[in-house]
Amino acid sequence: MVNLKRIASVLALGACLVASQGYAAGGATHFEPAELEPGNVASLQRGARNFMNYCAGCHSAQYVRYNTIGKDLDLSEEQLIDNLMFNAEKTFETIQASMPAEDAKRWYGKAPPDLSLMARAKGADYVYNFLKGFYVSEDSPTGVNNVVLQGTSMPHVLWELQGYQTAHFEDHENKDGSVTTTFEGFELLSAGSMDAEDYDDFVRDTVNFLAYIAEPVRSDRRKLGVWVLMFLIFFFILATQLKKAIWKDVT
Amino acid sequence: MSRIEAEVGKPQGGFIKWIDDRFPLTSTLKYHVTEYYASKNFNWWYVFGVLAMVVLVIQLVTGIFLTMNYKPAAADAFASVEYIMRDVEWGWLIRYMHSTGASFFFIVVYLHMFRAMLYGSYKKPRELIWLIGMLIFFVLMAEGFAGYLLPWGQMSYWGAQVIISLFGAIPVVGDALVELIRGDYSISDITLNRFFALHVIVLPLALIGLIFVHIVALHEVGSNNPDGIEIKKNKGPDGVPLDGVPFHPHHTSKDLVGIIVFLMIFSAVVFFAPDMGGLFLEHANFEPANMTATPEHIAPVWYYTPYYAILRAVPDKLWGFILFAMAVVLPVFLPWLDRCRVRSIRYRGWMYKTALSVFVVTFITLGWLGLQAATPTYVLLARVFSVLYFAFFLLMPFYTAMDKTKPVPDRVVYHG
Repeated sequence: MVNLKRIASVLALGACLVASQGYAAGGATHFEPAELEPGNVASLQRGARNFMNYCAGCHSAQYVRYNTIGKDLDLSEEQLIDNLMFNAEKTFETIQASMPAEDAKRWYGKAPPDLSLMARAKGADYVYNFLKGFYVSEDSPTGVNNVVLQGTSMPHVLWELQGYQTAHFEDHENKDGSVTTTFEGFELLSAGSMDAEDYDDFVRDTVNFLAYIAEPVRSDRRKLGVWVLMFLIFFFILATQLKKAIWKDVT
Repeated sequence: MSRIEAEVGKPQGGFIKWIDDRFPLTSTLKYHVTEYYASKNFNWWYVFGVLAMVVLVIQLVTGIFLTMNYKPAAADAFASVEYIMRDVEWGWLIRYMHSTGASFFFIVVYLHMFRAMLYGSYKKPRELIWLIGMLIFFVLMAEGFAGYLLPWGQMSYWGAQVIISLFGAIPVVGDALVELIRGDYSISDITLNRFFALHVIVLPLALIGLIFVHIVALHEVGSNNPDGIEIKKNKGPDGVPLDGVPFHPHHTSKDLVGIIVFLMIFSAVVFFAPDMGGLFLEHANFEPANMTATPEHIAPVWYYTPYYAILRAVPDKLWGFILFAMAVVLPVFLPWLDRCRVRSIRYRGWMYKTALSVFVVTFITLGWLGLQAATPTYVLLARVFSVLYFAFFLLMPFYTAMDKTKPVPDRVVYHG
């Protein structure tokens, strides 16, 4: 069983490396696969909760409407208003950050990016590893740096949950004398309220939600696609018969 | 009695005759459809012309609906595309069909052109069809390029920035030309507006006109076939080519099967992989255009990358541009570069077969290289394959003349 799991994870990593070629330039690290479950509504609901509690204070998702989330995630209007809409009045509104962009720019150097399409622009694995990649760094004004995005101006918002960790880097001297620094791993400095496994799940749910808002129509299009292909197969059979009938005298 | 009368089974007095007296309806239908004879031995390589028409229709129809909701302004363009994707009823389907259609247009057209190279369809008397076809290809490249700017994503912006600045390499007029294209000192709202005008009016009009002429020229001389034999040389007593079958209903019923198979593949992409792992919709294009942040890796969309790889393989900017332009234009001269008397690859010798195989590998490899970051190894590879690309065309007069051909049969080969 263990072996199978290991093989599966190696395969998944390989697939993710191939898939993430386009955005591999970010860091020296290989991304751990996020292993999302796009069809898991409970996970998406937890992700929505996490997003509203921890992300939406600073980040907007300006193309995403609350009522779309409600419809896709099986949430009633009341549930939406009571649990997710902290700074919005109507369910058709889009998700706006509570923090004014002007202030954000002054405080962090740049306004936090809109997250509507982040999972699509960077890839789910990137975001998953980013949210797990904060480590203590004396040089940074926020006290943390990130292995995925060096020099990020984002503070470690989830420190209460994950705790603080340090990162180990090693310098390797190349044949030509240049030095390559590789990331070797994390070490937990102070524990948070969650253990590593729970934190992974927390981040996974959140990224799952981010992947969903990046393309809310994804599950719909897949469902519709099956019907379209079934129709075309049926149409194909008819067309082949028609072609045969018309060509039967051609020798 | 015309064919239509025979089918309907009663004399056409009324409406059709009234039209025919004023407009060549029946005779045009006969000439181009019901009595246009094409060889019965067409294989599936012959489906790509019709498929290009299908994609054209998809692009025109989806394009009209996109235009109803898209806003061609730097401040609104990106948001309006997301509005189409999220808020417009069926907007996501229309947009994915259009973006997938762009890539499929090139897939289909590349295969259509390759068919001509397989069976010598560009040879006499079909040189003009080939020339018009190449014009269509150039307009299509411009159309795709203008369209790619419209979503106003990072790759839209920086891809256009890189390609337009290429024209700056032209001596004397280069800089002025670049400003003329952009209408500004950098890519801006003005550029977006004029690219929109080009994309939805100028280039589609040119495209439709050229396609019309392409087909008129084709029907004048008749279609080639996988054996490269003129079917008009063997006519029956009724004047109908013995190896020909009418376009309708024979070829239309066969094309219908091809169209459905095409739609299956097309739908599989639209519904299950609309971004094709970043190939059809590039990841960086999901970030809005930002003129202060250059993406780490700029690559044009896949259908331009063979030429882009050639451009990057040349260290000098001007020569890079010249070779890039030559690579695009060289196929125009195929009818005259090819000195072989035999049309079809079936009866050609090993030299052309080898050359064409190497060319296919070269074109695909260049396309792949154009997508990668330009590391020294890849640049070296791109140089090797660029040489092979040009060798295919420039050495063609020699190897096609020397090649030993097989005897061509009198009648087409058909196995029922």
